[in-house]
Amino acid sequence: MRWSVILENLPQLLHGAWLTLELVLVSGVLGLAIAVPMAIVRCSRFASVRAFPWVYIYFFRGTPLLVQIFLVYYGLGQSPWVRDSLLWPVLSQAYWCAIIAFTFNTSAYTAEILRGAIQAVPEGEVEAARALGMGRVVTWRRIVLPRAFRIALPAYSNEVILMLKGSALASTITLLDLTGMARTIIARTYTPLEIFLAAGVLYVLITFLILGGFRLVERRLNRHLRPRTGH
Amino acid sequence: MPELQGFGAQLAAGAWVTTQVAVYAMAVAVVLGLLGALAKEAPVAPLRWLANLYTGMVRGLPELLVILLVYFGSARLLTTAAGWFGHNGYVELSAFAAGVVALAFNYGAYLTEVFRGALHTIPRGHVEAGLALGLGRRRIFRRIVLPQVWRVALPAVGNIFMSLLKDTALVSVIGIEDLMRETALAVGYTKEPFTFYLAAALIYLGLTAVATLVIHTLERHTSHGMRTLSS
Repeated sequence: MRWSVILENLPQLLHGAWLTLELVLVSGVLGLAIAVPMAIVRCSRFASVRAFPWVYIYFFRGTPLLVQIFLVYYGLGQSPWVRDSLLWPVLSQAYWCAIIAFTFNTSAYTAEILRGAIQAVPEGEVEAARALGMGRVVTWRRIVLPRAFRIALPAYSNEVILMLKGSALASTITLLDLTGMARTIIARTYTPLEIFLAAGVLYVLITFLILGGFRLVERRLNRHLRPRTGH
Repeated sequence: MPELQGFGAQLAAGAWVTTQVAVYAMAVAVVLGLLGALAKEAPVAPLRWLANLYTGMVRGLPELLVILLVYFGSARLLTTAAGWFGHNGYVELSAFAAGVVALAFNYGAYLTEVFRGALHTIPRGHVEAGLALGLGRRRIFRRIVLPQVWRVALPAVGNIFMSLLKDTALVSVIGIEDLMRETALAVGYTKEPFTFYLAAALIYLGLTAVATLVIHTLERHTSHGMRTLSS
């Protein structure tokens, strides 16, 4: 084992780790923005309305993330219509293709988590809101969604960790994220064990970072449930 | 389905390889999971530490990284190990073996947690009853504990198999000629990435649908004679 090779290439690996974090963060936020309306529609009383999110969620949860990435990165360019469109400067970049694929993927999983959480909100709380004269929209905004977010948080933190691990697939479409950077360094130094292990340690550290962040959010969201100290 | 310009048979062959990778990896992962669960419950502390290190580490590492690490890293470990036994020369795992081992290593960690949870649901009295009947430890495990663990764990095991089935797409990165790789080859000839990756996505959906069916059948079979809420 040549441990010094890790130190020599650490700045590059950290650079890759930064891109990994960025991919997770950007697609996580965008995915959440899609997932919330998707979950609400998924809870509709009408089967025909529920059908669209159902198909969307079924497709993105039932197919490998790698297929989805390739479908966006290689696939979209197949039609001349896409290549001539205004969006092509964006869609021809690996970075945005990765963001798009990750966003769709995580939004499907997140929507399903949120749906479960929405359905787990106690019926009595919704009835109490109605009894106080809140309308449908206000009830969703003030009661159902805040409660659902709290219920979904632990499951959502798992989803973010899975997204972090999935983000390694960005390396298959030429991006130099943590895994991509590791592969590039290995191609030059031929020290797969050392560099992959170092990358693995960085991934575990990022996992701890994310879990720590979620613990803070959870504490803040649930602060009204903690026993009061002092007075 | 359209004839896919004569590449239908090639994709079917790839889907068969994908199925094989998934089934073999799952079989090895179940063994690893059972061993892991037993190690976590072992009275010997170092065994518990080892099992905790295993599950903790794998949960933080991307599957792709593990696959690359096993494929490229194992060659050096194996060559060194073979050296101790007097074999001079290069030893490496085939891509197929490396892919199966890496996926099994990954999913074995998730199965460890599932089996551990299931072990806890077996009442102590069942083991004691076995002891009272004069059965040996090993036979109690095989005849009394294991069948019940299997039944309790099956729904979660089914979910894990679904994830594994989708993650087999990653082994195409190390050159196994699975569905993903055959699709990439077809794309290389036809220059129709969208058509072919969409076809691959639909085949994966088909595979997961078949897997769901098999799991449901298994669940019905193992819960024969069990009372459920619905019945």
